[in-house]
Amino acid sequence: MPGTLRRTRSILDFALASLLRRKGRNAALLGVYTLVVFVAASLVFFTQAVKREAHQVLADAPGLVVQRTLAGRQDLVPLAWADWVRGLRGVRSVRPRWWGYYYDGAFGANFTVQASEDAALPAGSARIGAGAARILRVKEGDLITLRGHDNLPLLLTVQGILSSDSELVASDLLLLPREDFQTLFGLPPDQATDLAVDVANPRELPTLAAKIAERYPEARPILHSEILRTYDAIFDWRGGLLVAVLMIAVLCFAIFAWDRAAGLSAEERREIGILKSIGWETSDVLLLKLLEGLAVSLTAFLSGCVLAYGHVFLFSAPLFEGALKGWSVLYPRYRLVPVVDGYQLSLLFLLAVVPYTAATLIPGWRAATVDPDAAMRS
Amino acid sequence: MRRSDLFLGLLALQLGLFLAMLVYARRAGRGVDPGVAECRRWVAELRLTDLCLFTEARYTRNPALADLHTPFQDHPTALEHFPSGTLVAPPPHLTSPHAWHPAPNPKHP
Amino acid sequence: MIEVANVTKTYHAGRPNAYTAVDGVSLAIERGRLTVLKGPSGSGKTTLLSLVGCMARPSSGRIHLRGVKAAGLPAAGGALEITSLPERFLTEIRRATFGFIFQHFNLIKGVSTLENVMLPAYPLGGDPAALRRRAGELLERFGLSRHAREPIDRLSGGELQRVAIARALVNDPAVLIADEPTAHLDSHLSEAFMALMGTFKEGGRTLLIASHDPLVYDSPLVDATHELRDGRLCGKASA
Repeated sequence: MPGTLRRTRSILDFALASLLRRKGRNAALLGVYTLVVFVAASLVFFTQAVKREAHQVLADAPGLVVQRTLAGRQDLVPLAWADWVRGLRGVRSVRPRWWGYYYDGAFGANFTVQASEDAALPAGSARIGAGAARILRVKEGDLITLRGHDNLPLLLTVQGILSSDSELVASDLLLLPREDFQTLFGLPPDQATDLAVDVANPRELPTLAAKIAERYPEARPILHSEILRTYDAIFDWRGGLLVAVLMIAVLCFAIFAWDRAAGLSAEERREIGILKSIGWETSDVLLLKLLEGLAVSLTAFLSGCVLAYGHVFLFSAPLFEGALKGWSVLYPRYRLVPVVDGYQLSLLFLLAVVPYTAATLIPGWRAATVDPDAAMRS
Repeated sequence: MRRSDLFLGLLALQLGLFLAMLVYARRAGRGVDPGVAECRRWVAELRLTDLCLFTEARYTRNPALADLHTPFQDHPTALEHFPSGTLVAPPPHLTSPHAWHPAPNPKHP
Repeated sequence: MIEVANVTKTYHAGRPNAYTAVDGVSLAIERGRLTVLKGPSGSGKTTLLSLVGCMARPSSGRIHLRGVKAAGLPAAGGALEITSLPERFLTEIRRATFGFIFQHFNLIKGVSTLENVMLPAYPLGGDPAALRRRAGELLERFGLSRHAREPIDRLSGGELQRVAIARALVNDPAVLIADEPTAHLDSHLSEAFMALMGTFKEGGRTLLIASHDPLVYDSPLVDATHELRDGRLCGKASA
């Protein structure tokens, strides 16, 4: 083993001994530091994973959704629009969608009710999402009752429960045959909630949207790319979630750094003087301080990241569930596919390890340049 | 056993876990996840537009379809849905909606 | 071995609080002898020790070392003039040649006795097992083995000084420098300290002690005494 390596090892020994002297204080520091990294890394992992999941899952979302607005509110779309759009060049299919929200006062849950075009779903039956089944405490073959717009109950047999794998998109769905849907909400037969339009060439979508908006000024087309970008925006750095949590994390780091950079204690200063007086060079003292800083920050960074990985990908981020859930009763159960973004992880590394290490090193620097005889004269 | 041996051992262990995490994530990202495939199937079949993450309001349940007035539509005295309402920012296309301008939006070709 | 020629040290030179601690001192310290600097506190003894021990540079004057070995320096058969050497070499010489026993011991609190003894050797990058063995032997020699793993905070004054001596010896220096070594010891321990110095002298080490304790400077072991007052040598060196 060459001399420099042995020197580093020996100084590391002393750095650890030095940290262990203030065991409680440093353990608390390490704990808080790890927690900060853990929260920040969890957030990075979670948002990256949801973003990617959204992109993959919504890859087959409609190319264009056409809504209609009335006095600033979303309104039903006449089916005549669908016929007109179908006649446009490049349009492959136009499918009217019938869907809406249903609030169940007994369970306090909001469901998304959607008409299914599946011929295997006979009138008087329903297929429901796994989350909805959980809330309603029903299984296949059970009856559910929905209260219609005319206050008449609509009885439906649960014909099937959507697999739990689909919870990320379909957890709260109640799928009804179209006739039942129209009865439930009292919809006019010639109107739909919105239109899902698909085209042969996705590049024509903006042109198509413009044509539709020109023909029907009250139409509001939403492009596939906008659907995807919505999720990027929600889970973006500037998104509320990230800002809220990251601000706290950054403030924690600032407190750490301040604590360290505000200067060494008289005790630490004295020790550096002693080390100088017994033959340590300035560079040896700096190495000591660097190793002290790295020992804490690397440990905190690595364990924080690993814990965050487990938290997000093995346990589906239970700590964020509270924040994401809000007061909603229905929350999907899902497992995210692991995504670790090297760029964001490096950024986290820079934010977590470098300032702390620098904050340990710099005051040490000032103290380490004292004359070796200072310790003798004191 | 020297203190540095113990520490370097621990550090190596953590680094190993960390690298395993990177490798595993990379590998997991390559294959097709059965959950993702199932979700895609339903998205294609039902022409869905959104993830079912927050169910309390329409602009949180279907953020992609939200419009400029959505938060006011629930009820005139309705409170903002906290915290999802604060977490879910309005979708970017609301700030430049081609729906209000007949010309194609040059931002997304 | 060491020649000090007309050395002056002024702190805060050029400022209102300028203060000359050592003023035009010349003396010679011979190899294998016990030399004592005597004088009241504030007479410049400690400053002179730090100058001789390469801890600080004189403001003027020269210090020559003979028979010094230091990595990176040409093997000096003759005298090496240390006052003009760069900081790095000074540290090298200090580590290899001098062992210091400080008045307040200057041990690191909270760290084990063994580790305190090994500290001066850490930056040298030597074999850790050999270092540990050497430090263990030193502790055994000073009857401190059972405290090796304890933090030094639990040791008594006499034990602390023996730890400080063990630490001074860990790099096997040719010269031992002690600053007021008996200031915190009772007469019994002071005599034990001087007896220890006697064994070092027999072992061939050069000893330089600053003290105003008659128990030290009147000891029969002392070969030469230089008296300092107000930074100047006064009287004749007694030999």
